[in-house]
Amino acid sequence: MEILVASAIGILTAAGIYLVLRQRTFPVILGISLLSYAVNVFLFASGRLATGMPAILNKYEDVAYTDPLPQALVLTAIVISFGMTAVVVMIALGAFLSSRTDKVDMTEEGDEA
Amino acid sequence: MSLFLIAALPFIGAVFPALLIRAGRNAASFSAGLTTLLAFVGLMINAPAVLRGETIHARLDWLPGLGLNANFFLDGLGLLFATLILGIGLLIILYARFYLSREDPMGQFYSYLLLFQGAMVGIVLSDNILLLLVFWELTSLSSFLLIGYWKHLPEGRQGARMALAVTGSGGLAMIGGMLILGNIVGSYDLTVILQNKELIQASPLYLPALILILLGCFTKSAQFPFHFWLPHAMAAPTPVSAYLHSATMVKAGLFLMARMWPVLSGTPEWFYIVATTGLVTMVVGAVIALFKDDLKALLAFSTVSHLGLITMLLGFGTKVAAVAAVFHIINHATFKAALFMSAGIVDHEAHTRDIKRLGGLRHLMPITFTIALIASLSMAGIPPLNGFLSKEMMLEAAFHTTWAGSHWVIPGLAVLAALFSAAYSFRFIVHVFLGPKRHDYPTHPHDPGAGMWIGPALLVVLVVMIGLFSSPVAGPMVSTAAQAVIGGELPYFKLKLWHGLTPALYMSIGAVAGGAILLMLHARLEAIWNALPRPEAKTIFDAIIGAATRLANSVTDALHNGSMTRYGAIFVVFVAALSSYAYATGTLGDPTRAVQAAGPLHLVAWACLVAATLGILALHHQRILALVLIGVVGLVVSLGFNYLSAPDLALTQISVEVVTIILMLLALNFMPKETPRESSGGRKLRDAVIAIVGGTGVGALIYALMTRDFLFPTISEFHLANSYKGGGGTNVVNVILVDFRGFDTFGEIIVLGIAAIVIYALTETILNSRVRARLLNRQPDMPQAGDAHPLMMVVATRVMMPIALMVGAYIFFRGHNLPGGGFIAGLVAAIALIMQYMASGFAWATERQRFYYHGIIGAGVLVAAATGIGAWFNDKPFLTSAFGYVHPPYLNEFELATAALFDLGVFLAVVGAVLLALESLARFAWQPGMSTEHAMDINPARDDAPETVNIENVKEV
Repeated sequence: MEILVASAIGILTAAGIYLVLRQRTFPVILGISLLSYAVNVFLFASGRLATGMPAILNKYEDVAYTDPLPQALVLTAIVISFGMTAVVVMIALGAFLSSRTDKVDMTEEGDEA
Repeated sequence: MSLFLIAALPFIGAVFPALLIRAGRNAASFSAGLTTLLAFVGLMINAPAVLRGETIHARLDWLPGLGLNANFFLDGLGLLFATLILGIGLLIILYARFYLSREDPMGQFYSYLLLFQGAMVGIVLSDNILLLLVFWELTSLSSFLLIGYWKHLPEGRQGARMALAVTGSGGLAMIGGMLILGNIVGSYDLTVILQNKELIQASPLYLPALILILLGCFTKSAQFPFHFWLPHAMAAPTPVSAYLHSATMVKAGLFLMARMWPVLSGTPEWFYIVATTGLVTMVVGAVIALFKDDLKALLAFSTVSHLGLITMLLGFGTKVAAVAAVFHIINHATFKAALFMSAGIVDHEAHTRDIKRLGGLRHLMPITFTIALIASLSMAGIPPLNGFLSKEMMLEAAFHTTWAGSHWVIPGLAVLAALFSAAYSFRFIVHVFLGPKRHDYPTHPHDPGAGMWIGPALLVVLVVMIGLFSSPVAGPMVSTAAQAVIGGELPYFKLKLWHGLTPALYMSIGAVAGGAILLMLHARLEAIWNALPRPEAKTIFDAIIGAATRLANSVTDALHNGSMTRYGAIFVVFVAALSSYAYATGTLGDPTRAVQAAGPLHLVAWACLVAATLGILALHHQRILALVLIGVVGLVVSLGFNYLSAPDLALTQISVEVVTIILMLLALNFMPKETPRESSGGRKLRDAVIAIVGGTGVGALIYALMTRDFLFPTISEFHLANSYKGGGGTNVVNVILVDFRGFDTFGEIIVLGIAAIVIYALTETILNSRVRARLLNRQPDMPQAGDAHPLMMVVATRVMMPIALMVGAYIFFRGHNLPGGGFIAGLVAAIALIMQYMASGFAWATERQRFYYHGIIGAGVLVAAATGIGAWFNDKPFLTSAFGYVHPPYLNEFELATAALFDLGVFLAVVGAVLLALESLARFAWQPGMSTEHAMDINPARDDAPETVNIENVKEV
């Protein structure tokens, strides 16, 4: 299963990077979203994978639990990445409405770089 | 009064004038004066002890790890300077009240002035050189504000910029010097440094440290060749010139040289650098001053000259010279501040300070004339005024100093400077006040009200008193201050008018006589002076600054050409290269964890995710389709979280997914629905290679991580063990969020709130720009649904709303013990509200909105903060939680925890932030004619004509 999660993270990252390097704002936003998924799952997976052991304490018997710390960090990361995405979307929208173009690069010669 | 309070009072006081200016100019100036007076009184309370020879300390560890401590001490030197700063500050505050006109923003002026005053007091009281540096930079910044106070004058702005550039860069050099010094000694405490003379002077780094520190001092005290900023700073209002450029800021460099005198002086390096610089500055300043027609420029160059004089005395390195330096600091501050203020009065009343247009003012302004006369005679060094005393001491010291084997260089040049000094002092009187009354003044000048002349008058009283009764009036202060400078036994000295027929007396007589002759020849000399070619400091300075700016621009433009995609590519490639290097040079052990088997179900989920991701790549030009596919990715990720023992994450992810997609759809409404295909094949290939390298690296890294055990035991064990015992909850993830790492969460909800408010602010800005007209006339670029608010959807969302909110409440309350909590509940509640917007329309929903979302965010943060602060009342650190269990009759055991209250704050902040963000985006869609009092366009229960017709009309126009 590790290989599935790792390859999924890899694919998400690669797709994210590719889209971030596009020249229009919307694909860049999509890319950032994909990168967010990749990063969140990466952080989560750094606590190692476990099935059927949620970190909900069992008062009656001794059972094993998964690592709760990465989960707590990722939980806030998910919410914060929503906030970040929202700001980026807003900036992209504002830029498009003000300049009537949704190009990411600021100069024409930048296109060839 | 505590030294902390004395140092803090001006800063505290700086707040009031800015606020009280609404209550009038008197209130603003009164508040400034009162805080200064308080600080002055506080200082005076400490004065007797200092004059007895004690040193007062106040210590507070600030950042002990860095050696930065808020340590203050008050010795003779500090007392002298603090008295000058606060005492003259009081007079300036009074003077400025009457000097500034109605149009000048007086509240700002006093706030800047007090800020500056606080920084100066901080410098002279600091017992820690790092702290001193902080205050030092503050004086540069606050003086920038003061010099550029008249923002409408280009000279003011240029002068302020020049002063900041010169003193600021000197300050940077000084930081280096101070750090070296602290490193040599091993302590940044001034009192420790001052006791390590041998250690410092023996160090190989002595010379670099000395040069760097002196650069700071010389730039601040306008020593040649950095003197040019001071005359340009005269564009400031006269109270500023009188305060900064006679008594305080320019003396900061002198103060520091005096402060460091015990450890830095006495070496040939010190002598040749400091004394020579001082000597040159003294002569150059005096000569230029004679030929300036602007009263303030004359005074500025005279200040440069006198600062040079004091620098030279400090540079001599002898104890007698140091005493003379201290004495002249007092004397110069008194007569020069008085002169600046009289020049200001002349300017204020005659509306010009051009000497060529003045003269004969004696008849019209007798009071000002008397003040200026006494002060300038003191500056010329005429007995029995105080300027004479210290000049005698200077000449005496100069007479006994040899420079590079020559006995004549220093005495000769000192007499020359004194001669010019006498000449320009006389000129200040003769060409401005004496002579016949003229009839072509710009206005009719007369003496000002008492408020303006009382300050300088007090100062000239001091000038006379110190001159006549030097020993009783100034003796104790000079002795204690000089003792602090010398740091040892005082030499024998006597402050008195008559020392007998000494060489200094003959030199003095020669200087005064020569000065009088020079003035008589002034017209002819001026013609020669004007014919001489002179380098213009401002042109050189502007050229240097221009060159530096061009260099900076060319470097910036080369690195930042505005191509964001290029930055992104460089970033990824750089990180990849760095990680490859780490991988190539590091070692990777064998896997230690068994790989878990994957079943068919896992493969299906994986295949969905991969297919969706590749689909996005292939179809991202069709934006709406890409959004649908990204939803699939989010869903699989949520499922994965759920399967891999993270139910909280699954719940969060799936609810965030909903709001994110809605957000993007809202934005997409106004943006092109398709991305043009414009990337060349080569570029696509390049990006693909970069992306694949990056993705492979990240995937391999996490695979390597997952197949190995932790190197160290993780801190998770602690959380698992203490979650129930210490936090009272069985859902460890939630307990970590609201308890163990509550401070993090607190920060995060603030960040979320800020993000939402940024979105709101951007919306406001955009909707207030010309974009608005375009939005109002926007035509939908895709076919619209005939029924914008369908009946079925409205009814369904209405029914669902209480249920959804109930679910939110349930998730919230069970969060501490079972998956859930404030974050998830907040998202669920937000979605419940968004459904109403979507189904019934923005206008309809907004009308029913009771609370502003900003307020909800704020309430959330405040509730969380209040919960945290509550712990203080139980003598616990911020955010320590408490919990207990209650057994209501007929109900199960129920837990009451302060963490739940904190979670409520999280809940509110999340609800507010999500809704504010989406609401802001939705506001872009508003067009006239969209408002309707009905939620549903077509409602069978209604009799009137459907509103749709109206809307469609608008759309079709």
